[in-house]
Amino acid sequence: MQKIQDNRAWFLVLPVFVTVAFSAIIPLMTVVNYSVQDILGPDNRVFVGTEFFAGVLTDPDLHDALVRQIMFSAIILAIEIPLGIAVARALPVKGWRASLSLVVLALPLLIPWNVVGTIWQIFGRGDIGLAGYVVNALGIDYNYTADPLAAWVTVIVMDVWHWTPLVALLAYAGLRAIPDAYYQAAQIDGASAWAVFRYIQLPKLRGVLLIALLLRFMDSFMIYTEPFVLTGGGPGNSTTFLSQYLATLAVGQFDLGPAAAFSIVYFLIVLLFCFVFYTALQNVGRSRPAS
Amino acid sequence: MARIDLVSLSHSYAATPVKREDYALHELTMTWEDGGAYALLGPSGCGKTTLLNIISGLLRPTTGRVLFNGQDVTLLHPQQRNIAQVFQFPVIYDTMTVADNLAFPLRNRGWGASETRKRVEEIAEILELTGDLKNRASGLSADAKQKISMGRGLVRPDVAAVLFDEPLTTIDQHLKWTLRRKLKQIHAQLKLSLIYVTHDQVEAMTFADQVVVMYGGEVVQLGTPQALFEQPAHTFVGFFVGSPGMNLMPCTVEGGNAVVGSVRIPLDPALAQRAGGTGARLTLGIRPEFVELTRPGTPSSVPSPIERVEDLGNYKIVSARLGDQLVMAKVSEDEQVSAGTAHLRFPPEWTRLYADDRALT
Repeated sequence: MQKIQDNRAWFLVLPVFVTVAFSAIIPLMTVVNYSVQDILGPDNRVFVGTEFFAGVLTDPDLHDALVRQIMFSAIILAIEIPLGIAVARALPVKGWRASLSLVVLALPLLIPWNVVGTIWQIFGRGDIGLAGYVVNALGIDYNYTADPLAAWVTVIVMDVWHWTPLVALLAYAGLRAIPDAYYQAAQIDGASAWAVFRYIQLPKLRGVLLIALLLRFMDSFMIYTEPFVLTGGGPGNSTTFLSQYLATLAVGQFDLGPAAAFSIVYFLIVLLFCFVFYTALQNVGRSRPAS
Repeated sequence: MARIDLVSLSHSYAATPVKREDYALHELTMTWEDGGAYALLGPSGCGKTTLLNIISGLLRPTTGRVLFNGQDVTLLHPQQRNIAQVFQFPVIYDTMTVADNLAFPLRNRGWGASETRKRVEEIAEILELTGDLKNRASGLSADAKQKISMGRGLVRPDVAAVLFDEPLTTIDQHLKWTLRRKLKQIHAQLKLSLIYVTHDQVEAMTFADQVVVMYGGEVVQLGTPQALFEQPAHTFVGFFVGSPGMNLMPCTVEGGNAVVGSVRIPLDPALAQRAGGTGARLTLGIRPEFVELTRPGTPSSVPSPIERVEDLGNYKIVSARLGDQLVMAKVSEDEQVSAGTAHLRFPPEWTRLYADDRALT
């Protein structure tokens, strides 16, 4: 079959080009612009080179926010990935029960993120929130507006509630893709349930888990709306994560230069972590060629 | 090693089976001798995988019992029956080495490290996998992986039977021969009961001592490959076994002859007599290998116009018309076939008669 060459095809791609240019490339170029120039007005700009980058990278508040962010993402991943897999394993395999379970499971994913923050804000309150009231009634002093630990726990529980269903759905799809013969062979070999999980399910979920890990890492590392609505970054700045710090820098303090510089650094950090995860997971379980 | 008895076994996948069509396996009773190499042959959907899964314990039958050496195992799980099964595509544990794969069933039984290693090396040697023992199982070719699957079954010394569910489906053609030969070798060496499910008659005939042919959820014949060829018990066996299959023509019986259309074909007198008694639908069957091409004027030869001659290398297939039926004859490479009319002769000793598809003997 002959390949058709027709330059008019470029016109069909033009709308996408234009859209992406306006929504991504031009803003990105603007950010780069602001990061290397001090722009005080339309005609008032000074090229400052790497001054903003140096300033931002030595900022102690930024270091704190970065540490908090890394801890947050690590905890989130450590909880959500195993929990998601466990939930997926517990779901029914087929029939109406499976469909119903999947729909109910996916509900938290459908809620607008600021509404998620609001839900948990009210839920955690000691006076009118069910969880807050019950926890306090049990004797535990729980006040997420005053106690940093309580604030952290609340933010983490909120994120787990919100996003574990995504991991569970991905893991569920991965599990359904495993042919029955593997389970039958394991049954015949006398394998325990743990052995089935470790030697059949987990290896076959590798691709799916990679996707789940990357998605959850990126989203948790860039998280903004939910903690902002829930705690506003407080008490103090104990739940101020990177994106909120950046937003304060840019919009609150109007330090566009440093904010732009840090945006680029932020982007590169996320890219680096993703590359590391991807490479690591692709190479785990890679077979050595038979000699 | 075990003798396997199936007693009044039937199976339906429907929750509440009512009609005959609900059943995937119709009632059958049969015995698989200890140490026998059996092939379970039949087209897709005939119930052979269902039967295999009932024997291995992966499926519980709707009715009937399964006995291993006289002991009722119908309610036991596969691991309790001590069966081994090799599936259509290689099933291996990807993260383990070949040695660990083979050792897995033994470790699950609590075997010690040294006896496990010894046994694994024994089996690896039989299967010619010794060089690959330290390698990751997932990196090997499909035929090596199937050998590993077989190995996991053979590694248990007291395995009752090894069941194969079309194991060579994903293997390259030239490797199928070596694997089949390996299976026969294992059978001779370890004296295990082997049941080999396939839809490929060549595989069945070369592998097995006894072939069980299934059709529509029933066992239609159990016999040696030779018996299946020379004395098919059912028209399906005649049609399915042999390449090309048996010529099957509807007929009636008058006097000592079978009448196909307007042609009279002489029959063995005893056979003709038995056929006369039944009111059933009769079918004449004769294999292309036994249809003779003779000279005109030979007694009891039937003139038939030749439709085509296919040269298949070391033999030829001559298709000739008999009334509205097409008869195929297999002749040797060097036999001269002139175009026009062939004179077919049907030797009575090879002509079979079927009443309602079952052989009249």
